[in-house]
Amino acid sequence: MSTPSLAATSSVTAPPPRSSAPWAAPVVEPVAGAPGQPAWDKALPFIGPLALFIVWDLVVRLGLIKAILLPPPLDALGALINGLAGGPLLKDFAVTVWRTVQSFLIAAVIGMPLGVLLGSSEKAYRSVEFLIDFFRSTPSSALIPLFLMIFGVSDINKVAIAAFGALLIVVFNSAYGVINARKQRVMAARVMGASRWQVFKDVLIWESLQPSFVGLRSAVSMALVIVIVAEMFIGADSGLGNRIINAQQVMNVRDMYASILAAGALGYALNILFLVAERRIVHWSGR
Amino acid sequence: MSVVLNARVFADVPVPAFQPGPVGTHITIRGLTKYFAGWPLYENFDLDIPKHQIVSVFGPNGCGKSTLINMIAGLVPIDAGEILFDGKSLKDTKIGYVFQNYREAMFPWMRTIDNIAYPLKLEGKSKAEVDRRMAELVASFDVRFDLNRYPYELSGGQQQTASIMRALAPRPEVLFLDEPFSALDFEMTLFIREKLQEVFMQTGTTMLLVSHDLEEAVYLADQVLLLTKRPTKVADILNYGDPRPRTVETLSAASFIRAKKRSLEIFQREVRR
Repeated sequence: MSTPSLAATSSVTAPPPRSSAPWAAPVVEPVAGAPGQPAWDKALPFIGPLALFIVWDLVVRLGLIKAILLPPPLDALGALINGLAGGPLLKDFAVTVWRTVQSFLIAAVIGMPLGVLLGSSEKAYRSVEFLIDFFRSTPSSALIPLFLMIFGVSDINKVAIAAFGALLIVVFNSAYGVINARKQRVMAARVMGASRWQVFKDVLIWESLQPSFVGLRSAVSMALVIVIVAEMFIGADSGLGNRIINAQQVMNVRDMYASILAAGALGYALNILFLVAERRIVHWSGR
Repeated sequence: MSVVLNARVFADVPVPAFQPGPVGTHITIRGLTKYFAGWPLYENFDLDIPKHQIVSVFGPNGCGKSTLINMIAGLVPIDAGEILFDGKSLKDTKIGYVFQNYREAMFPWMRTIDNIAYPLKLEGKSKAEVDRRMAELVASFDVRFDLNRYPYELSGGQQQTASIMRALAPRPEVLFLDEPFSALDFEMTLFIREKLQEVFMQTGTTMLLVSHDLEEAVYLADQVLLLTKRPTKVADILNYGDPRPRTVETLSAASFIRAKKRSLEIFQREVRR
């Protein structure tokens, strides 16, 4: 038989561009849409922040909010940049990062294997499902007094409670990742003669990676939230939360907003970091 | 003293004696029973599938064509009955399976080449053996795309080609194909159909093909297995013996048209019943 269809086979087609999978792989030329659009499109993400900046500035300038409650945006940004460029804000920032990283690592190292194990035995998962769902739905900050009794007013306390909140999210997502693994891939492995263990290590773990990453990303956000709250309310002498509360009490609004912006930037950066890592590691996600 | 002291006390349900199939039978199915939601899909179903032949399974919607091959391949548990491959159980038989949905059959975390080699690695083959077999497969499939890519970077037809290669890699005794073409465009369907025929002529692997396209079912088949509506029985088994390689000319040959017409008649009779 001649090979009329080989032309179609021999060139590897690039995957279609997908807005939901921003790991825009090899050479996908943007389809030339309406001419003149691209420059506009690139500017779009800056419109929101710029509008906020202008509104903020106007509100202060026109005296709608007293300057003692809200500093001009440039002052806050200046304080942020000065503070992070070696000022005392940098130290508090670093402390918060370190606490978040510690609690996240604890949650990830315990949570992922635990979730995968629970997920691979549905009976095991069903038996602890209520506990996980209940404590996952309980705001972790409500548990601060409980953790205070266990760990006292210490640095460990802040890390422990943040790790606890993050852990439940990781366990939940990893377990569901295994439970909802594509049945057909499991069948494909089984029909090729894979044992239960081989199915587990060659299919289930991989299938669970993508939901696990979703879990890790939510977990790091949760860890940051709880660390900041704990720094505010569990006698701390460092960290962004502590800095925000202290600045508020002496009405140093410039420093307070700088710290708030720093916390926001940290959360945003962590989220981006995890999105990038996910696209690198779970390269097949969404395809 | 050769008396059985502890005779079984329950009433013996008479087990029908095992009837082996005719000479040249590969897969023997006896007393196969499967219920779905309390309704019988298969009840006491007997079938002999010949060795070194391609059998196409064709029948009305919902008669359980895919379920039949899935039960034979061990993917769907059976409620009662016996399925033997040359007298052996499934456990001792090497099989290959090609899914309709290739996207969810390949492992996207492995490169295509590792996907194809996966069953060989499961068998514990050495690197050299795996490489040799892969080279053979690449040559016999005349692969023109980059196997070092990930499956999702390939076109649908390339992915299905790769999953057929994966199924054939361990030299299975039986190859199951569950509507392997229905997610492909016509061009790729033709291409893979030819490849399958070539592989069959080289190796003589027994193949069981589920198809919803009658032309395709007859074109590839030595036997067309026509099923009834549920509870499913064998409506008829049609032999189609045109010589291979079959080509585009075959599609207009009188014998082909006759076989197709006859299959269609039986099919319509069963649908209306």
